[in-house]
Amino acid sequence: MSDETTQRVRATLKKRYLKEKLFRGFGITAIAASLGFLVILLGSIIYKGMPAFQATYLKVDITLNEDTLGVGGTVSDAEMQGANFSGAIKSAMRDRFPDVKKRKAKKNLYALVSSGAEYALAEYMINNREQFGQTVSLWLLADDEADALIKRNKDLSKPIRRGEFKNDSSALVTRLNKDQLGWLQSFKDAGDTDVRISSTFFTNGNSREPEQAGIRAALVGSAYTLLITFALSFPIAVAAAIYLEEFAPQNRWTDLVEVNINNLAAVPSIVFGLLGLAVFINYLQLPRSAPVVGGVVLSLMTLPTIIISSRAALKAVPPSIREAARGLGASPVQVVTHHVLPLAMPGILTGTIIGLAQALGETAPLLMIGMVAFIVDIPGSVTDPSTVLPVQVFLWADAPERAFTERTSAAIMVLLAFLIVMNLAAVLLRKKFERRW
Amino acid sequence: MVKHLLLPASLLALSVSSVAQARDYINVVGSSTVYPFATVVAEKFGKSTAFNTPKIESTGSGGGLKLFCAGIGVDTPDITNSSRRIKASEFEQCQENGVSDVIEVLIGFDGIAFANSVDADQFELELKDIFLALAEQVPNPDGSDSLVENPYTLWSEINPDLPAVKIEVLGPPPTSGTRDAFAELAMEGGCQAFDFIKKMKSDDKNQFKAVCHTMREDGAYVEAGENDNLIVQKLQANSDALGIFGFSFLEQNDDIVQSSLIGGFEAEFDAIAEGDYPISRPLYFYVKKQHVGTVPGIEEYLAEFTKEGTWGEDGYLADKGMIPLNEELREETGAAIAALETLEGIEEE
Repeated sequence: MSDETTQRVRATLKKRYLKEKLFRGFGITAIAASLGFLVILLGSIIYKGMPAFQATYLKVDITLNEDTLGVGGTVSDAEMQGANFSGAIKSAMRDRFPDVKKRKAKKNLYALVSSGAEYALAEYMINNREQFGQTVSLWLLADDEADALIKRNKDLSKPIRRGEFKNDSSALVTRLNKDQLGWLQSFKDAGDTDVRISSTFFTNGNSREPEQAGIRAALVGSAYTLLITFALSFPIAVAAAIYLEEFAPQNRWTDLVEVNINNLAAVPSIVFGLLGLAVFINYLQLPRSAPVVGGVVLSLMTLPTIIISSRAALKAVPPSIREAARGLGASPVQVVTHHVLPLAMPGILTGTIIGLAQALGETAPLLMIGMVAFIVDIPGSVTDPSTVLPVQVFLWADAPERAFTERTSAAIMVLLAFLIVMNLAAVLLRKKFERRW
Repeated sequence: MVKHLLLPASLLALSVSSVAQARDYINVVGSSTVYPFATVVAEKFGKSTAFNTPKIESTGSGGGLKLFCAGIGVDTPDITNSSRRIKASEFEQCQENGVSDVIEVLIGFDGIAFANSVDADQFELELKDIFLALAEQVPNPDGSDSLVENPYTLWSEINPDLPAVKIEVLGPPPTSGTRDAFAELAMEGGCQAFDFIKKMKSDDKNQFKAVCHTMREDGAYVEAGENDNLIVQKLQANSDALGIFGFSFLEQNDDIVQSSLIGGFEAEFDAIAEGDYPISRPLYFYVKKQHVGTVPGIEEYLAEFTKEGTWGEDGYLADKGMIPLNEELREETGAAIAALETLEGIEEE
């Protein structure tokens, strides 16, 4: 009898082992595939985004005097700000290439330098008044097309990829023309080009010129928005969770509330945006594009997430703690604030951080309340118009200039870095403070 | 806990009270087509004057006008960009809500490119060919005055001079202003080549519109989303396809895509400016005159926009791909704007 069973088991053994192997194989393949996609995604973002942290500068000898600037050396700062710095840069470029005579050619020549260089020059002049009347060698920010070629160290003598060279993969992909490439080469030969690690990306607001565009305004906007989200959603969610978990009677009403909270957690975020538009902007007349409205809308979105995780954390505190506290004469409020809440805090904070990380990456509800905007000035308060990191990514991905591709990837890198830091913080908090019973 | 609860409440109170204060930046909304041009001007304006940089939201022309016409006051926009003229109904809406003085500014033109990859041959098309390739219903190929479901699958079936390539056109979805303009300029222009359809225009306007503007949905026209960069990339990958997108994207990517010849003209600067290239549309913005003086900088922003160095033939907007007005129009519009002339009314279409 038992022999027969063993026989039957033996007969199917091979098949069962094979099945297990197959099952494991599927699992490993699935993980490998998803890791592979992640590596490809991150790799392409980092490869495309890294150049955004560098910028090319061209060294130009600029004469700063009354002839070129149109103002005297002792005028007020405001007047100096309005002086003809772009004219000074243009005449410096003309002096460097005196053969360039035609109007169109001159325009092409000026196009090598970023249009933002004049503002940098104005600032330089205001801070270095003693150099008025002199000719100084200054490094000026290069235009995005020139920048792209120099910082990738392209061979400028190669043909341009158009016309008969349109299928030549070694040809240069650029909007510059042959003359402009020649001028750039002469800058290069003279050692007057410099590729530097640039902080522009982190110090500037948005710009329509890729080489001047930065992420600062979006970063500050995101910070304000998250601050509001945290200030609103954390206390409300914790209070709601404590009441529901520790004080509320178990009846049909609390069941209804619970079902609704769980439902809210699954509502598409755009719905919260519509709500924000209708209630906060149209009815309460709060300003459009302001972090305060964005924060309120996002806190509505994160509230259910935090409530659910806070309730789970409270539930995980063993009843013996409550009983012991009560046994020693603590009031229900004391039981919660002195014993249960401190023990549940790591779990609550983890849930909050994850909820905030979700809010940080959210765009859809912000589209409705006008945070998809061109913001150059860094917002100074929660009511100033601003945008947020993911919206900035969206806006740059839509811009015609090709150099915005690297800015887009770089902005994604910054956003990912923040998400990783936040999630890491959540993990560390849990590791450090979590108690097991 | 009480302290925690007070903080958000006070934040809300603070924000409500600050709304009542005056706004110190210009609030611009409107068309995503005008957005890339308006933002350059705004940035320049912010950097070269003591005023704050205007805030520009990309809401689409219709959405922008709706916000703009919602009323007067600092919580409404001062300026709305539009890639079409304001409609009579919108103007009325404005008047009803107290926005009585509206300044209209025509800033230039935008071409819509019909292009394919540089790896393929350039297409030579007439508007009629575009209509036959993309309309849901087309005139019966047997020559009778009736409409049939679009039977064409190859370009060569429409016009023997065209290559025997599958019809595949990538373009924007119906929510896009570019799509509206394309339907109006290219499709409607093409369907008027057929007399019996043209006759419909006076007999039954709705039917005329339905015939001319409806794009086929059998896969020959692919809605590729609002992002023009994406369309350019897809054209690069698929050299058999054609794409519809804004002129500035053609200019920035002229080593990847080439414009088709339409009626003998390529989408390029001069042909659009002269009006030879048929698919181009005017770009406008509208200003609330009642806000001039209340919100600082509006007049100066208008001055910056209408400077020769901005919207002129060698201005920086032309560098960004906008087609400027001719000199006469610029002078005329510039003078009207300097005098802050307002719109009297809009005629029903």
